[in-house]
Amino acid sequence: MNGETRVAKGPVPLHPAPAETAAYDVDRHYRELAAKRRLYSVVGFSALFAALFFSLWFANETNAGKFFDRLPHLFDFAGDLAPRDGWEIWRAMFDLPSPYFDGSLKYDYPDGRIYLTETFYIPEYIYKMVETLNIAVLATFVGFILGFCLCFLAASNITTSRWLRFFVRRFMEFLRAFPEIVIAGFFLAIFSLGPVPAIIAVAIHTVGALGKMFFEVVENADMKPDEGLRAVGGNWLERVWFGIVPQVMPNFLSYTLLRLEINVRASTIIGAVGAGGFGEVLRLSISRGHEAKTLAIILLLFTTIVAVDQLSAWLRKKLVGEHAFEMGV
Amino acid sequence: MQLSELTTADIAAIRARNADAFRPSLWKRFAVPIGVTIACVYIAYCSWFFSISKVVEKANWQIASEYLYDWFSYEVRPDIDYRDGETRIDFPRFSPLGENPDPDWIETREGTVTVVTQNKPKAQQPASQGSFMASPAAGKKATEPETSILDKVGEQGFSFMAPGAQGSGQAKAQAAHEEPQVSTVTRLGIAETTVRLDRGTVLHITPQMVTVTHAGETVELMVNAQENTVKSRSALPSWALQKREDAKVFLDFGFSGRAEVRARETKIARRYLGWENFFFDTRSPYWGMSWGAVGEHLLVGPQLVDGQSNWSVFWDSIVNNAEWQHGDVWIKLLQTIVMAFVGTLFALLIAFPLSFLAARNITPNVVLNQVLKRFFDFLRSVDMLIWALFFTRAFGPGPLAGISAIFFTDTGTFGKLYAEALENIDEKQREGIRSVGASTMQIQRFGVIPQVLPIFISQALYFWESNTRSATIIGAVGAGGIGLKLWEAMRTNQDWENVAYMVILILIVVFIFDNVSNALRSRLIGKQG
Repeated sequence: MNGETRVAKGPVPLHPAPAETAAYDVDRHYRELAAKRRLYSVVGFSALFAALFFSLWFANETNAGKFFDRLPHLFDFAGDLAPRDGWEIWRAMFDLPSPYFDGSLKYDYPDGRIYLTETFYIPEYIYKMVETLNIAVLATFVGFILGFCLCFLAASNITTSRWLRFFVRRFMEFLRAFPEIVIAGFFLAIFSLGPVPAIIAVAIHTVGALGKMFFEVVENADMKPDEGLRAVGGNWLERVWFGIVPQVMPNFLSYTLLRLEINVRASTIIGAVGAGGFGEVLRLSISRGHEAKTLAIILLLFTTIVAVDQLSAWLRKKLVGEHAFEMGV
Repeated sequence: MQLSELTTADIAAIRARNADAFRPSLWKRFAVPIGVTIACVYIAYCSWFFSISKVVEKANWQIASEYLYDWFSYEVRPDIDYRDGETRIDFPRFSPLGENPDPDWIETREGTVTVVTQNKPKAQQPASQGSFMASPAAGKKATEPETSILDKVGEQGFSFMAPGAQGSGQAKAQAAHEEPQVSTVTRLGIAETTVRLDRGTVLHITPQMVTVTHAGETVELMVNAQENTVKSRSALPSWALQKREDAKVFLDFGFSGRAEVRARETKIARRYLGWENFFFDTRSPYWGMSWGAVGEHLLVGPQLVDGQSNWSVFWDSIVNNAEWQHGDVWIKLLQTIVMAFVGTLFALLIAFPLSFLAARNITPNVVLNQVLKRFFDFLRSVDMLIWALFFTRAFGPGPLAGISAIFFTDTGTFGKLYAEALENIDEKQREGIRSVGASTMQIQRFGVIPQVLPIFISQALYFWESNTRSATIIGAVGAGGIGLKLWEAMRTNQDWENVAYMVILILIVVFIFDNVSNALRSRLIGKQG
């Protein structure tokens, strides 16, 4: 409302001659614009809220339990998670003998131990965590290598062939959009159970995601080094390797680290749907109702994710300075 | 200036001027080799850790190609049974060809057959496959070859032959006391079946021999139901595989199909390109109609089902298609979309006000800032998976769990991103608004929001699109949506065509959302976004 008066009054002293009509016109024009805008806003918000209410109704209808029926029981599960005593979590995490051991898998679990020597073993959860981390790192690494090779073919300032660019970009989009779970499921059928399907699934997705980020970085690169190399007769490979790669490498590595954070989570989730690793232990532990184990796993996962995020943020800051990337954009 | 004109002094001067170019620091010189070495060591470690070579060695690549074919083709699997001395064609129940299939690529020829029956009530085979079965005609005389086969069996004392059953070949059962008794009947029946898989692939099946022609090579496999053996007359070609002597022979015809020649039956799988019965399953009255006929029934044609309009039958048939389950797939897909939409929207609505409290330049309260920022970190770092499992327990499987999981994770993400964006705003606009005496709310409304709103919405749109993809995955742990359906279809390893169908639907949805989100974002923050 403040703006309205400001606009209406503003032009009047500047152009005294056509003041009467101009002021009137501007005012009316502003009103029209404002009315139109308000209408758009109302229509837009109504549509949004209609969609929201339909979505909520639909979600509630198709859910196994209804929202308001289940709401009072929201924390039942959290209550079930309370361990017998606080030290149980600690013991579960490092697989130390529990005083409550009753022969079941609930307290002690010698099966998952990886014995390095006669007496020294790696607790199952620590081992699974390392496995999941390795899945994420290896997948990110493979994704980095392949994304690195592909991105130059998709960048308009490096690759002149329009068709090649189009094809490579669509290919990367396809890799990115293809559901990871299907890749994992398919390779589970071929390789049988184990972490390799998860590696392949996460790596394929990473190729697409990193390739897209990378080619955008390459397209924003300074072309002067490239020009210089072209002037002295460098071939395509030399121009890319000596002209482009040195300036984009910090950004590439930074995006890769960002992807690593995402991949640690992704490999946990893929694990939970059957590809082994940490996610699977978590799902099993929850479904069996082993409260101390579940809490230990959640704690371990939380710590790992925080640690990876912090490490990656620190490295990224070193690579590209304070101006770290916002997520996703 | 040419390089040749450089004197040693010039070179020295250039060297002195660009010291770092000619003598880079140790780190710069060795960064690449060190990096490559570390990478190689790591790869070696991983291949040991995951024992990749072993896994690849044990991988079943044969199955991989079968499964890949299943994505876009289907098989029809007739079994040619000849254990009784007559060839008989069986299709499994729920064959894509419907009940009583009579495809023109299977030809039968009638002839004299000697049927071996065991004297047990179940031995009388029902004449189920109408069009293939000739009416049994008993009472013919036994021919020589059959007799000799029986002889051989008798001599070797094969378990279900009576010991005294030598050379008689009579229709009557042997006067043997042992169970079970066996009798042979010579009558008119189906003596031969010819199965034509494609132009160059033909299986010619008689109760004694299966002759297979493929890729210009012919192999003759002697089958003996009584001895339970399969023997090849010549060396097996590359597309045939017999793992043990006398055991069944696997035939691989590439895309056209495959077959398994056993002593008592031959199992054939013929592959067709496409998705079978995609619109109407075999129970539907529209099944087998051409699209012209379907249109005619819809518009003018006679009523197909009493008391139900043709349109309603049409819709019912598609939605309740037993093989493809269109209705269920669409509902699950809509759940996935709804999960991403509602989860992201709620996260946006909650994170928006909280981020103002978390930004240190807007709310100068260090304790509150820190508490909120750590809270956001907590929401974000407790993985979406954990939230999904937690809410699946709380609300039961379904989209409510998925919505809550996305909502919790993204509230953390949005809160963090928005607080960072708010801390980077231009302070001048706020100062200007404050200087004309605006209230706190007005400062935020006119001094801050116009600067950050495009970024906020752009990020929300980006996450909306990416959550559509994550919603697929968390669905598989029970949090609703198409993920679980995908996972179930994959676990049986039978329904890869359904997986392909769902993947295509997901790809279409992601593609549309990607484009909508990109279009909206570029309108909001300009092309560079």
